[in-house]
Amino acid sequence: MVKKILARSFIILMLFIMYMPIFFLMVLSFTESKAFGVWTGFSFNLYIELFQNEAILQAVANTVIIGLSAAAIATVVGTISAVGIYSMKKASKTFVNGINQVTILNADIVTASALLLLIATLSIPKGYGTLLLAHIVICTPYVVLSVMPKLSSLDPNLYEAALDLGASPTKALFKVMIPQLIPGMITGFVLALTLSIDDFVISNYTNGGVETISTFVYKDAARAGLTPSLRALSTIIFVAVLSVLIAINIYSNKKSKRSDREAVE
Amino acid sequence: MKLNFKMARKQFAIPYIVFLLAFVVFPLILVLVYAFLNEDGGFTLSNFAVIFSDGTILVFLKSFLIALITVTVCLLIGYPIAYILSQRKYGFPRIIIFLFVLPMWVNFLLRTLSIKFLFEYIGIQMGYFTVIFGLVYDFIPFMILPIYTILRSMDRSLIEASQDLGASPNKVFLKTIVPLSIPGIISGALMVFMPSMSTLAISDILSNNKIKLFGNFIDLWFTYDSWNIGSAMSLILLLMIGLSMWITNKFSSGTTVRGELW
Repeated sequence: MVKKILARSFIILMLFIMYMPIFFLMVLSFTESKAFGVWTGFSFNLYIELFQNEAILQAVANTVIIGLSAAAIATVVGTISAVGIYSMKKASKTFVNGINQVTILNADIVTASALLLLIATLSIPKGYGTLLLAHIVICTPYVVLSVMPKLSSLDPNLYEAALDLGASPTKALFKVMIPQLIPGMITGFVLALTLSIDDFVISNYTNGGVETISTFVYKDAARAGLTPSLRALSTIIFVAVLSVLIAINIYSNKKSKRSDREAVE
Repeated sequence: MKLNFKMARKQFAIPYIVFLLAFVVFPLILVLVYAFLNEDGGFTLSNFAVIFSDGTILVFLKSFLIALITVTVCLLIGYPIAYILSQRKYGFPRIIIFLFVLPMWVNFLLRTLSIKFLFEYIGIQMGYFTVIFGLVYDFIPFMILPIYTILRSMDRSLIEASQDLGASPNKVFLKTIVPLSIPGIISGALMVFMPSMSTLAISDILSNNKIKLFGNFIDLWFTYDSWNIGSAMSLILLLMIGLSMWITNKFSSGTTVRGELW
């Protein structure tokens, strides 16, 4: 009993520490004060300022556009590649998987400096294009990794049946295999999206002045100690992420319950 | 027919292999080449000589030590959390794990800045303590998740067997549960160690730019002075990453931790 209470208090204490800073920021987004930690009465002004600050809105738009495009491209490329890698011979499979792992385990600063050297060597002008490319490079390996386990649980007979019935390999891929891989692709897409949105170092080396939320916040905090309306932005991001994740969880719970019921019947 | 189908599917990987060669392997070769070039493009070892002579090696050791402390703290806090949540009798473990991972979806710079503001508000001086706190705060989910996953999937009959054979609860924990969870501990430790070792934003923000770690030095060389010395330092990190990949493949099941977030 004592053990149980101790265990519970430990978990609650740790969660409290995890959420303290975020809630602190959220509470202070509802007061106007420029100085941090000073409560000067309830106000929505920081939210109004946020929607008038074009630099921040531009950074948010860039983050969303780059994140969604990089995640979408990575999902398409990663899925098709996973199918290919899966049917390779063991030695070459291990080799490609190894290179695939490099970007995942690599330190951000090393990936960033390597991409900077590439951009300089090929003298590509830095900007939207290089930023998007860099994000595709860091996102795709995660999609490959998310789709791979789904492939090993597939029934290979279905694909072969499609071929026997006269489908071309491409048609069999899109009509038979891909639909079965969708859960893995969704996992990969979400993983890629969060990775892209959270990235700072690699964006900072490849953006050529195109600001994302991360690079904007970093420069802003270094210059003047964080524009107050960014507190409002943090609150919006947190609430939005929380709602989306809760919705996904409820949806997938319902779905798994439904399939349990169907299995029983 | 069978041969044809194998051929056709294998070809789907060719574009990606080209892509990996162009955007992963080739850039890393460039790092290797730049590390051995001087400003005029001739071969030199002086970039490494600089690293070993001007105190950068001390920065490396300092970063290594900080990363080691971060891993240890993450393990000491993360293991009990994972263990408690993996117990069958604990209610809602999935929701609690979800709560531990949720902050990761808020931009990490905004999270790190809010820690800084909170510390300033309480009146805690920025320094090594705050930097290590920030590292633990940002990376602890990478430690909790693999250990939780491995504890959940552990064969309960092994634990029951050691209980039946008369082991005390402490002995069961130390001799059965901990050894079985080692692959989870190793992949967690590696996933915390590398980003801690190479961070630059967290050390900047939570020390008011006073503490410069290895990642900050690479960043400074690339931003202001010499890409060659920066590349030489990147190469050192790259070797460590190679080593950790080797360890991962040797000791754990090969699944990466970030992939288990979902």
